[in-house]
Amino acid sequence: MRPVRRRPAGLPVAFAAPAGLAVVFLALPLAGLLARAPWSSLGSRLAAGPARTALLLSLECSLGALALSLLLGVPLAWLLARTRFRGQALVRALVTLPLVLPPVVGGVALLTAFGRSGVLGPALAEIGVTLPFTTAGAVLAETFVALPFLVLTLEGALAGLDGRHEDVAATLGASQLTVFRRVTLPSVAPALAAGSALAWARALGEFGATVTFAGNLPGRTQTLPLLVYLALQEDPAAAVALSLVLLAISLVVLIALRGRWTART
Amino acid sequence: MKRAVGRQLAAAVLLAVAGCSTGSTGDGANAARVLTATSLAAAFGDIHDVSPETSSLSFAGSQALVAQVEQRAPGDVIATADTATMDRLSEAGRLASTPQIFATNRLAIVVAEGNPRRITGLADLARPGLIVVLAAPAVPAGRYAGQVLARARVHVRPSSLEENVGAVVTRVALGEADAGMVYVTDVANRRDVSRVDIPKAQNIVALYPIALLRDASHREAGRRFIGVVLSARGQQILHDHGFLPPPGRP
Repeated sequence: MRPVRRRPAGLPVAFAAPAGLAVVFLALPLAGLLARAPWSSLGSRLAAGPARTALLLSLECSLGALALSLLLGVPLAWLLARTRFRGQALVRALVTLPLVLPPVVGGVALLTAFGRSGVLGPALAEIGVTLPFTTAGAVLAETFVALPFLVLTLEGALAGLDGRHEDVAATLGASQLTVFRRVTLPSVAPALAAGSALAWARALGEFGATVTFAGNLPGRTQTLPLLVYLALQEDPAAAVALSLVLLAISLVVLIALRGRWTART
Repeated sequence: MKRAVGRQLAAAVLLAVAGCSTGSTGDGANAARVLTATSLAAAFGDIHDVSPETSSLSFAGSQALVAQVEQRAPGDVIATADTATMDRLSEAGRLASTPQIFATNRLAIVVAEGNPRRITGLADLARPGLIVVLAAPAVPAGRYAGQVLARARVHVRPSSLEENVGAVVTRVALGEADAGMVYVTDVANRRDVSRVDIPKAQNIVALYPIALLRDASHREAGRRFIGVVLSARGQQILHDHGFLPPPGRP
């Protein structure tokens, strides 16, 4: 049954000014970026060594973080949406935590867990794994902040499914995994795409956790946001140029996602 | 081996704060706002305590401070860890007084407490498997470290280039890095790390200039603060923190 749609209402007069202010507030920084961009030297600045290296590394790490988020996040979303167990509220709170934790604090926390002198440090060293100061560490830090976006978006969609099609598939003899693969996933595809895009964009823009946990080394852990931060202190024009790249990528993601923020199937 | 978790967490928070690059102490409405290089934090903190209501301090890496001034951040006095960053401001016409050298510093190798990896000098920093952290080349301490290592022909592969020198110490204090190159003053009064000296012949001399900013809104207070730094009292405090006197002074 299609939900009843409300007739669109006019904007209450009292909301006009604040809403307009909000739009201006959000638009001005972006306009400023475009206005102050060194358009004439943009090409050469972005093709330069550090910028290109940072961009490629950023793409590599963010896609890695997305992959890890999918691997861990889809099952977790299922767990939260489709099962009932004691401590579920706690798990949900855990998933939400990276969203409210200051990223630098997240980085500090990752160090205390996975750092050389962290809780798991010696154990990881035993099997020859070091995470701080490595690209893998940067991926881990980005996954930490991006995972919640995927899980929460997907969980909402999974919980919203009415299950009829899955039941039918099951009665026709499909195994649990097949049902999931052929019926459930396609049903939540929009939400999965939206969650993935959000997680990826978040991972791409991550700074605090990455710089604290993985450090800063060109080619290994210096992602684009880190480069922007350092460039700002020496060459603000370069920082603006690099910021444009991140802005452009964010815009592409948002435009691709238009209208799909909420996980309605 | 049991670790002082509380101490570690405190050091970790320090790293976080250092990573955010500025911290400040605030007082009085007529206080001079002093932009201070990170390596001067402790010493200037004590100078500030002499008459707290006359100055408020703000710390960051020297290059970050200069960037702040260039972006018109409020400030009355600036003290950096090298003359190159100060020259940037001088050339841009942002200074109201000629910079005066008020202290000098040298580099040292910071290692974990007790020096478990038995580092004895610069050459050991190139040891394979050793995790060495330096300040980024844009930071004076990083630039100095690069000069020292190049002159000594030691090829170090740093694991991270930190945005300010305090963060280098914190990485070692946290146990995440085995060694780093910092100022002598950064390790002077710390009990959670140890120091390996770099011989004078291989070392640099870092010159610390201080100057009044052109856009200062508290000129008198600023001049007075500079006066205190250059006075016998100020020089004694700097000495207590491990700084060396400026050239030309005993």
